[in-house]
Amino acid sequence: MVSIGFFIYFAFAIVVLSLLVVTRKNPVHSVLWMLLLFFHIAGLYLFLNAEFMAAIQVIVYAGGILVLFLFVVLLMNLREELSIGKYTTFGPTGFTFALGLFVAVSMSLSSFIAAPPGKYSIDLIKQETHIKALGKLLYTEFIYPFEVASLILLVAMIGAIVLAKRRLKS
Amino acid sequence: MNMANVISPSTVDALIKFGIDVAIILLKIVIVLAIGLLHVAYATYFERKVIGHMQVRLGPMRVGPHGLLQPFADGIKLFFKEDIIPAQADKVVFYIAPIIFMAAAMVNLSVIPFDANFVIADINVGLLFIFAMAGIGVYGIFISGWASNSKYAFMGGLRSSAQVISYEIAMGLSLVGVMMMAGSLNLSDIIRAQGESIFGMYAIPQFIGFIVFVIAAVAETNRTPFDLPEAESELVAGYFTEYSSFRFALFFLGEYIAMILMASLCTICFLGGWTLPWYVLKIFPFLSYVPGVVWFVLKVYAFFFFYYWIRATVPRYRYDQFMAIGWKILIPVAIGNILLTGLVKIILKEVL
Repeated sequence: MVSIGFFIYFAFAIVVLSLLVVTRKNPVHSVLWMLLLFFHIAGLYLFLNAEFMAAIQVIVYAGGILVLFLFVVLLMNLREELSIGKYTTFGPTGFTFALGLFVAVSMSLSSFIAAPPGKYSIDLIKQETHIKALGKLLYTEFIYPFEVASLILLVAMIGAIVLAKRRLKS
Repeated sequence: MNMANVISPSTVDALIKFGIDVAIILLKIVIVLAIGLLHVAYATYFERKVIGHMQVRLGPMRVGPHGLLQPFADGIKLFFKEDIIPAQADKVVFYIAPIIFMAAAMVNLSVIPFDANFVIADINVGLLFIFAMAGIGVYGIFISGWASNSKYAFMGGLRSSAQVISYEIAMGLSLVGVMMMAGSLNLSDIIRAQGESIFGMYAIPQFIGFIVFVIAAVAETNRTPFDLPEAESELVAGYFTEYSSFRFALFFLGEYIAMILMASLCTICFLGGWTLPWYVLKIFPFLSYVPGVVWFVLKVYAFFFFYYWIRATVPRYRYDQFMAIGWKILIPVAIGNILLTGLVKIILKEVL
């Protein structure tokens, strides 16, 4: 009962905060609302008994990625919001498509089937500790997607380095 | 209908138990905060005394015997100063920046085990929690520099956040070796595993990680020789240039609490926390009667003295040199340490 109440709060807050993020005029304010948003997502993880995920969520997204966002925003010096008009004139069309997509997704929700539970119940995870369970699964069962993900990240990193170095030479 | 019929006795018991638990936690919070703030006050006093004596001066002498009441005088002075907000500042962000900075530092005190059974929140991911909150502290620095709408504060904020996020990586990697040896992220478990190990403290087998950690800890807390965000000769006072009165005091408190925290983390992960190595206890068996918190606090003080010592000894680094040390030396060394620790662990498993 209590956990349902908390879920409702977190879900509601996440939606409201996301809207605040995209509607702020000042990019720094957006980033700060996003920080609060990431904390709420971490809170959801905590209610799923995934404390490791919650901590990683805050470290990686709030402590790492969002700080880099802030860097970009500050270095571009967008203190006063650029008063450009609308980018496109496709506003109504875009809205119609978004609405259609929303309706389609909400209709498909009824046919949602939960995946079969694996052998890791909450009790087993508590007994084995999160990191051990996670590490075992990542390096045995899910080694292929894990390696693919790391390869993609490596490609992105090398790409960034190449771009930076090219600018240095010219 | 009377109340006894509505609420069953078991519920009442559960509620009373819950109430007692909450009261104990609140009491612990009060104790930790009070002692922590007192430590902050006297950390500033000892900093001035230690540096004074190292520079053949006396340090504060006027307020009270040997200047012992100086911290209170400073606090009262800060409290009664005028609170100035720059006209062009982003007011809301300007207000919340020091609060974020101090809260992120203070909340970390809740997972620090000061003694075998004294910790406010004994959580399984204690170490990660500290990293997470250290990451949040960056926002306080960053947005205070931005919201002040001053060039010096802005440059200080940029430098400081670049510094903190770079050295956070090195610090996190240097502690992975400790996690691997202890097999846990729970800070109390790390200390227990350490007390039972052969060396008694991880500073000996993990000496590479220890060195990396100490350098990164100094950089994380923006202390000399890595206090580039506050380089007076270049940036006035850095990110809090525009802050005055109590808002400045909040930054000041946050910085010293962060120092206490880094010293505690070093004590927990490398110096054995509240335990003493077994060989010391073998030679001096009577030392086992001393409560563990004494050893914890002594180790923390030793680390604090180290902070002051290098502040009085080493000149400030240049910014590019400083970033180069972090990215080109500390991070590769820390990654090498992880590999080495893993290899040794596997080999020992094969042999034994």
